[in-house]
Amino acid sequence: MVAKFRGPGMYRAAWGTVLGVVVSYAIIGIFRTWYDLDETFKGYAVLELALFLAPIGFLIGLGAFDYWFRWASGRPTVPDDHSSHGAHSWRDYFKVNTDHKVIGIQYVVTSFFFFFVGGLFAMLMRAELAQPGRQFVDANTFNGLFSVHASLLIFLFIIPVFAGLANFVLPLMIGAPDMAFPRLNALSFWMLPLAGIMMLLSFVAPGGSFASGWTAYAPLSVTAPEGQVFFTIGVQFAGASSIATALNFLVTIITMRAPGMSFFRMPLLVWANFSTSLLVVIATPFIAVSQFMVFFDRSLGFNFFEPTGGGDVLMYQHIFWFYSHPAVYIMMLPGFGIISEILAVKSRKPIFGYRMMAFSLLAIVVLGFTVWAHHMFVSGMQDWIRIPMMITTAIIAVPTGIKIFSWLATLWRGVLHLDTPMLFALGFLTMFTLGGISGVLLAIIPVTIHVSDTYFIVAHIHYVLFGGSLFTIFAGVYYWFPKMTGRMYDERLGKFHFWTTFIFFNATFGPMHVIGIQGMPRRVADFAEQWAGWNLAISIMSFFLGLSALVFAYNMIASWRGGPRAESNPWRALTLEWQVSSPPPIFNFDAIPTVVGGPYEYGVPGAVHGVLKGAEIPQPAGATAASGTSHGSGSSHKDEGG
Amino acid sequence: MNEASRREDKIPVVQMLVVGFIASAIGIAAGLAIEWFPEAASTQAGPIDHLYDVLIWTSVPVFVLVTTIVLFSVIKFRMRPGEENLDGPPIHGNTRLEVIWTAIPAVILVVLCAYAWIVLVDIEEAKANEMRVNVTGQQFAWTFEYPQSDGKPIKSTQLYLPKDRPVRFFVKAVDVLHDFWVPAFRMKIDAVPGIETKYRVTPTRLGTYPVVCAELCGLGHSVMRATTRVVTPAEFDKWIAEQKAPAQAAGGSGATAEADGKTLFTDGNGAATACGACHTLADAGTTSETGPELDKALAGKDAAYIEEGIVAPEKEIAPGFQGGIMPKNYGDTLSAEELKALVTYLGEVAGK
Repeated sequence: MVAKFRGPGMYRAAWGTVLGVVVSYAIIGIFRTWYDLDETFKGYAVLELALFLAPIGFLIGLGAFDYWFRWASGRPTVPDDHSSHGAHSWRDYFKVNTDHKVIGIQYVVTSFFFFFVGGLFAMLMRAELAQPGRQFVDANTFNGLFSVHASLLIFLFIIPVFAGLANFVLPLMIGAPDMAFPRLNALSFWMLPLAGIMMLLSFVAPGGSFASGWTAYAPLSVTAPEGQVFFTIGVQFAGASSIATALNFLVTIITMRAPGMSFFRMPLLVWANFSTSLLVVIATPFIAVSQFMVFFDRSLGFNFFEPTGGGDVLMYQHIFWFYSHPAVYIMMLPGFGIISEILAVKSRKPIFGYRMMAFSLLAIVVLGFTVWAHHMFVSGMQDWIRIPMMITTAIIAVPTGIKIFSWLATLWRGVLHLDTPMLFALGFLTMFTLGGISGVLLAIIPVTIHVSDTYFIVAHIHYVLFGGSLFTIFAGVYYWFPKMTGRMYDERLGKFHFWTTFIFFNATFGPMHVIGIQGMPRRVADFAEQWAGWNLAISIMSFFLGLSALVFAYNMIASWRGGPRAESNPWRALTLEWQVSSPPPIFNFDAIPTVVGGPYEYGVPGAVHGVLKGAEIPQPAGATAASGTSHGSGSSHKDEGG
Repeated sequence: MNEASRREDKIPVVQMLVVGFIASAIGIAAGLAIEWFPEAASTQAGPIDHLYDVLIWTSVPVFVLVTTIVLFSVIKFRMRPGEENLDGPPIHGNTRLEVIWTAIPAVILVVLCAYAWIVLVDIEEAKANEMRVNVTGQQFAWTFEYPQSDGKPIKSTQLYLPKDRPVRFFVKAVDVLHDFWVPAFRMKIDAVPGIETKYRVTPTRLGTYPVVCAELCGLGHSVMRATTRVVTPAEFDKWIAEQKAPAQAAGGSGATAEADGKTLFTDGNGAATACGACHTLADAGTTSETGPELDKALAGKDAAYIEEGIVAPEKEIAPGFQGGIMPKNYGDTLSAEELKALVTYLGEVAGK
């Protein structure tokens, strides 16, 4: 029993959490006594410190820092014998595990949990909005629902689910045994559920959950009830997780590519994650700063955003959007990578204009940092900056257009396999084009002056993040499901899921363009009678959209438990992750493979992307299914260190 | 694996062009037929609505282009039985095509931006004989202030504007961000604590239009509304004159305290928002549920309690409601007589 509480794991994590709270009480008590303040254990002071220390206590308890602590204190480190590699039962997913494939699955499952919670909040909002007036929730709860909905789906779903998919397939794709920093990888993952739980816990805070939107504009967020700090601090954990993962991807991609894999032989998913990671590493510190400043204003009486104290309200928006505009590309570029993989494989053709596809990603990275103030066209900032921001915003559609047209050219004259991943990829092409077009409309300042802060914005962002990002996520999950689980999903259910999602997505978000321009503002619990009909229709459609997500959930769970066994390369793909078994062996490759050609040479007679040394020479049609599945192939593998 | 035989069919370019052209025509016609915008009531609305039409003309063909290619590819190039192991032709790219689809969108976008810039300059241009109106946003009410050359400015919670007279709004916020938006005018700007923001409009159409707070400002954000009344210049001058002499205007000879209080409750006084906009009161026939129902909340209460509820609403929050929604400025926007009349009225109909 004692060993259970001393060794790393959930028990020690539990008392680590409690210890974090106790230390918070102690620190606050000591300081308030010292300064002779009344209320020695002032509630909000203890809470805010505990929101930092309890999660850190949890992480230490779980064992995320054990190796580093030993090393730092000069004690002998426990050499990584890879006993924690792989997952043999569901319990292994609740431990600090350094295997990138386990971490990838931890990421994807965790983020889909928050996807369903965030979706449920959307259902509650649509229930309230089905009729004008107040029916189910009061104004404060409603504001909380849309704030937590957006925060969860952005910080706990779209950003991490891409990180999760890439975590699983990216090292395989570049022929690496694991990520560059496996222990950092594990820590990155474990910060994530903490951020999500914190955001959900805000509902039990006095005064309700944070309710100033996911944008948390000052000064509303500074004066809001205590629930706000659950966002302010939660974002720090999600952000730290995201930065650490991005660094890990960068180092992995730069240093761990298999011999022969030059930058221009990398699959575009790798390029996409390389670009995304650059964005994350540069931009994410800005949102961390913006929330720390809110925190200092709230808790320590600073005046960053308090004009009577010399602060500047607009400064918040500039810092916030300097992250949050690139964040839109953080939520889109990995999806571009997924689509490139799927379209090439499912059209049986090389990707059209490979180099331009790679360069356009980098162009988006650079331009992405020059457009943030288009979120502020009506904010009251200096007038002149609007014109350059309009031009850069419009111009960023050019590299995006290059990608769309190159994908279309990839389809052209191919042999299209119209299965579920492909349907979602094609759905993405059309829906994201609509989102891109409304994006260009929003660059045009005179139009934006009228439509900003209306339902038009809600429609636009859902066409980009749902019709764009989420469609690519679904496509990617179906595409790599056989590789990740070793099982095949149910194709008929998958297609049913696609068509219901596609139809009800459009029925839900399409009409929002109209009511937005007609003048319905966003973020309101109540609206004028003239939009009653539209809103009722939107609500009904959104419930069907919600139901379609359940089809997906059923398909995933049932297929994972009892789907037919997947062969190693069911799609006849050339990239390296399909040349090993499904699921891949614990150490990915028996020996590091050699890359001898481009990743998408479909239709080129006898083309090979990579050669697996020590294994059979790969045949185009998956003859490597029998190579080691889960045990005993680790002997030739060297310690990947920390 | 014989891809040549399959690829011999003619690629239906002409067919695609015809379908694309028809679909674009239908799309553009639909896009122009939809009544996107609310009624236009300012000189700013025309150029903006027209710019939007131009954007419809440009964007529909782009969407049709992408969709047509996707649909034709699906129909024409889908895998047919027996083609399970077939690959497409290994086409890696085409520099001329790539240059074209980089350059043409860039040119279109730059032209659109140039046009938008021209419209922007147009709608923000200063006009002669501008009237100044100071707009103040606070949780959760708007106040409009008309500076007068002969002394005290006139304050109102309703926005009165004379038709065809250029007006410039100077917008401020007391507490948090708000956004001053009149959809019929097409213009909006944030009310930002610490700075003054501005924009211009010239109302062109008589009528009443909603004023909307478009920036999330807290619990009462969705009820932070006011009314714009565009009136003839003569009516406007009359209204200004009435506001300057509130005693005669509000008094009305022989009116009882009850009648006054009831009018104040249902209509406000021009400076103070009407109580009935948020509160249910059987006698006044109001039914809103934003605030507590006064027939119950005030039952058996005395005048002092009612007065405190009006001027200091934060002191006691009715169970089931949240503080911070009712404006805290009734002590300023109601005159002493008006406050007394309102308290008396509420005491008679609800407090008994």
